[in-house]
Amino acid sequence: MASLDDLKKRIMSVKSTQKITKAMKMVAAAKLRRAQESAEKGRPYSEKMNNVILNLSSGISDKKNAPKLLSGTGSDKVHLCVVMTSDRGLCGGFNSNIIRKAKSYFSKVISEGKELKIITIGSKGNDQLKRVYGDKIIENISFKESKNANYFDADKVGKMIIKKFEASEFDICTIFYNQFKNVITQIPKAQQIVPLNSDDSKDDFFNESYEFEPDEDEILSNLLPKNISTQIFKAMLENSASEQGSRMSAMDNATRNAGEMVDKLTIEYNRSRQAAITKELIEIISGAESL
Amino acid sequence: MNEEFKIEIVNPEQSFLVKEDVLEVVVPAFEGEMGILKNHIPIISFLKPGIIKIFSKSKSESYYVEDGIIEFQNNNLSILTSTIFNISDMDKSIQQNLLKQAQDELNKTEINDQLKYLIDQKIEVLKSLN
Repeated sequence: MASLDDLKKRIMSVKSTQKITKAMKMVAAAKLRRAQESAEKGRPYSEKMNNVILNLSSGISDKKNAPKLLSGTGSDKVHLCVVMTSDRGLCGGFNSNIIRKAKSYFSKVISEGKELKIITIGSKGNDQLKRVYGDKIIENISFKESKNANYFDADKVGKMIIKKFEASEFDICTIFYNQFKNVITQIPKAQQIVPLNSDDSKDDFFNESYEFEPDEDEILSNLLPKNISTQIFKAMLENSASEQGSRMSAMDNATRNAGEMVDKLTIEYNRSRQAAITKELIEIISGAESL
Repeated sequence: MNEEFKIEIVNPEQSFLVKEDVLEVVVPAFEGEMGILKNHIPIISFLKPGIIKIFSKSKSESYYVEDGIIEFQNNNLSILTSTIFNISDMDKSIQQNLLKQAQDELNKTEINDQLKYLIDQKIEVLKSLN
């Protein structure tokens, strides 16, 4: 059995760990509120953008000459996957969930004999993926410097993706991120952004004939690149809210577990203290008797 | 007859402005300024750098935008833009910053005609604000 001193040290160390996890939980809770707010505020823009594009693409008569970003290159040989994770750890299953989702997609792509290219956003994803898929990662981006997700960063990523598309480096592009549902539930999502997936069209979608100024093609070719940046920005916002939510619940669990551990250790400490006292008493009494 | 319609301006970060009682909106569309009244036919268009003017019964407001898309349908005007400022809130320093940025961009070598046109527009509008 551990000595009293050891137990005491152990209790102290668990207690200080608990203090840290508690503090992290508080910080995550404060950040979560902000992140959640901005995720909710950002939704109208991406939804509106999506609607406009759906309206536009349904109005296009000549599907063959539609911009490639909408209709695709006609082949599906090269898949580009953008895996969005966090830059910091200690956030429960947040990163592993995205990675698991992405990995199952990767193995599907590879088993179909297609080429795979990966862009990782956030250092944690890169760390987890580079062991297995190191040679497939073509770019690793991290926004450690910027505190909050901002549109400027998203636009940079979007422009890079478009540049690669124009250089015909890939045919299909999918982004992986966690969608924020509530503090305990985040849903890992795979969303195809190039070519635009029109399957998830909304029911309340009007099929009115629009007037376009300038013409449809020009609007579409200007709008589609913007839409990519917008979708990435949305993913970034959802991701940062999910990260904080996930961290908060993970740290809450950790704090509770540490509390349980302290209780258990305290009982053990008291028991062994009592045992030591009893042992000493017995020694004294039997010593006195033998005289 | 009720002549009012709804306008909604959103930027990537948030819903910037929602108004239900708008009488007329003038937007700097790509091919020229365009005034929108109630029951306009559905339209989708681009914005170039310029001033959005919103007239409602009580007052009129002006906003500076750099780019964007407008969509009008069912008497709902949606404006999607990434850069927008209320002109009455806009002080000289913001203006100067934007002007400087635009001029820097103009001096870059890789620039096509369309971009140049847009930046020229931007500079013109910013100068006219002073």
